[in-house]
Amino acid sequence: MTLESSPQEAAAPRHERTIVDVTPAELPDRVAALLGDDHRPALVAAHHDPDALRVVYLFTAASPDRRTELHLRLDPADPVLPSVAALSFPVGRFEREMHDLYGIVPRDHPLPRRLVRHHHWPRGWYPMRTDAGPPPDFGDPEGPYPFVSVEGRGVYEIPVGPVHAGLIEPGHFRFSVVGESILKLKARLWFVHKGLEKLFQGRLPADALPLAERVSGDTSVGHALAFCLAVEEATGTQVSPGVQRMRAVLLELERLYNHVTDLGALCNDVGHSVLNAQFGRVREQLLRLNADVTGNRLLRGGVLLGGAVLRTLPDPERLTALGEDIAEIVDLALGHTVVADRFTGTAPLSTAAARDLGALGYVARASGVDVDARRDHPFTDLRPTLRVPVFDTGDVLARFRVRAAEITASIALINDLTCGMTPGLVSYWPPSTAHDGPASGVGIVEGWRGTITHRVELAADGTLTRVKIVDPSFFNWPALPVALNGAIVPDFPLVNKSFNLSYAGNDL
Amino acid sequence: MSGSMSVAGTVEAAAQVVLVAAGSPLLVGVMRQVKARLEGRAGAGVLQPWRDLRKLLRKEAITPDGTGPVFRAAPLVLTATALVAAGIVPIATTASPLDGAADLFAVTALLALGTVALALAALDTATAFGGMGASREMTVLALVEPTILMSVFALSVPAGSTNLGAIVNSTLHEPQRVASPVSLLAAVALAVVVIAEAGRIPVDNPATHLELTMIHEAMVLEYAGPDLALVEWASAMRLTVLLGLVANLFAPWGIASADTAAAALAALPLALAVFAVKVAVLGGALAAGEVFMAKLRMFRVPELLAGSFVMALLAVAASFFLA
Repeated sequence: MTLESSPQEAAAPRHERTIVDVTPAELPDRVAALLGDDHRPALVAAHHDPDALRVVYLFTAASPDRRTELHLRLDPADPVLPSVAALSFPVGRFEREMHDLYGIVPRDHPLPRRLVRHHHWPRGWYPMRTDAGPPPDFGDPEGPYPFVSVEGRGVYEIPVGPVHAGLIEPGHFRFSVVGESILKLKARLWFVHKGLEKLFQGRLPADALPLAERVSGDTSVGHALAFCLAVEEATGTQVSPGVQRMRAVLLELERLYNHVTDLGALCNDVGHSVLNAQFGRVREQLLRLNADVTGNRLLRGGVLLGGAVLRTLPDPERLTALGEDIAEIVDLALGHTVVADRFTGTAPLSTAAARDLGALGYVARASGVDVDARRDHPFTDLRPTLRVPVFDTGDVLARFRVRAAEITASIALINDLTCGMTPGLVSYWPPSTAHDGPASGVGIVEGWRGTITHRVELAADGTLTRVKIVDPSFFNWPALPVALNGAIVPDFPLVNKSFNLSYAGNDL
Repeated sequence: MSGSMSVAGTVEAAAQVVLVAAGSPLLVGVMRQVKARLEGRAGAGVLQPWRDLRKLLRKEAITPDGTGPVFRAAPLVLTATALVAAGIVPIATTASPLDGAADLFAVTALLALGTVALALAALDTATAFGGMGASREMTVLALVEPTILMSVFALSVPAGSTNLGAIVNSTLHEPQRVASPVSLLAAVALAVVVIAEAGRIPVDNPATHLELTMIHEAMVLEYAGPDLALVEWASAMRLTVLLGLVANLFAPWGIASADTAAAALAALPLALAVFAVKVAVLGGALAAGEVFMAKLRMFRVPELLAGSFVMALLAVAASFFLA
């Protein structure tokens, strides 16, 4: 057992990453012990080393911030590991992902079918392996997708997508419906699987940062920051508390504009267009503020390796005024009887389901699961201003109100963080990144959608050998069909918007 | 009725049809413009629906594989019923040569015929959205039709006739009737069902792109080009006719109802102008109301329509007791 402690200054929050080498036989017991000790699976990444296939299971726990990695080495000729899907649903999904991309077989998996690779992908070709080579011809080796068909009197299916009427990303939804009630919903994703993680390999971290910023268009700060934190941990780069506070400002600015967009979109989806127009007006002001602060409306370029850059600081009075504006529109929305009626009790996600599925972000906090990486895995101490609003009804209304409450909390945080801050560029990134031997690092960030986890591995020459990205959408997608159980078809767009999960971040 | 009267009536009816046919896209344009301005947008202008129709009419006609004559005939049936309704409903005149057919049952059935034709066409496409839209439209139709019948029936009791022209004439001669409880109850009931029948908020959202929430739009998803133009045009005409019916049943002033042919023809331009203003005001009010309204949950729509039916029923009851 080795122990790595991230070298940070005394003022910065400290955490420990424990690395444990396990054998396949020990794995289920180890995982059970960690889950029993309040850990959650944050990331599972496979690696193709020259001599072995290696799997890293990262589990995290809050207060104090603990990060435990289980490392498992497998024979590349016979890569079989015991499935722990029965212990943890999210790990079961990671196992299917590994199976598709690395050919690692989870033994006794309850649902051993493809997840990432669609059915026309060739059998036996695992694109993330180093010896995968160019893709062979695509055919139809697995036949049509085995949708579970619900049978019975009056049951019919509605297929929607992957091409949709609006400007949204591709996903296929198959509703089994009787009358207007949804009996079963199957969401098929990975239409935009781009092999993003493979694109990182062989790049220097500085060259990979623009990729990280583009993992999901609306989460450029979240993913860039998680990537930077991971690289900094791997290289042992020390980042000053001041820089971390600048980064926290950017993170909250991203939360602000996205939450305001969602509040407007939720009102639009119940047909109340003037509320959407008003939220859109505030959103535009926030985007212009973003452009003032970073030079980019979507906050790209603000987070640097070892640093951050703020051209100007958001004016506290202006932000406070915007916050009051938002609060007023939120009150108008919730005071409207029809809007409130559409939100209330629609598609509730129970606390137990949210916990079992490993839901993150506002989806979890609307269902009474109190998770927030800003408090649980802090990179800068936000106390005492940080407030984490939690609601327990789990319906669309709760997801609306969590966002509204987080907007208020974010504005308070930004005003607190920028107090006494000097704008400008600060970076501690060393020009030479060569160091002794391979290294790994983990970055955990509470993006606006939820907890983002990146894990990087660096070769001795400083290039990236493996980057594993976990967007909260990967955890939250399975919660959508669960919440929709018993809902009616015309409510689906509203419920989907209340989750607002990323396709790009999930499909990678 | 003299020969010159029926000639005048024919001219007037033709003028009605032309006004509705040419003006209904403008009504849609006005309503969209009102909404846009209230939401703080510039809007595309009132002529945009006509520009859209011109664009669609220039495209080639496409029908999906596997669809039959029902799919192809439905836009024509829908447009024809809307045009006939525009001819017989008392819009500018109560002396239409089709007056004998201007019975409230006939008009209601005519509008329902168009809706049913479109629903059958939606089923003909055999797509999930078509079937879903048709099923929802039939649910709404089944609740709307009785209310239209009941509320117009309540107005017909004092007039002693179910002929729409006779009802309008009777209101013209006894204007105090408009303020009666019967008339007010019927007006509210009719307003609700007109909103539902025309597919407006809070029942349906004509501006949405979300297929799963659609009612009327889900039925016409497979139409393109000239067929879509016909469907859109007919929908606009139906909205105009329905708003015009409401306007003239409860505020018939300005309609040409002179006793001589010459006087009737002289009054025609004014009647058409007054009608246009009335419908534009009603449409503008409807659009302004929509801005501040959200769409009801689908399962609440029957509650709303049942409520309007009860009001229509009360109106009928009141028309007997208070007569």
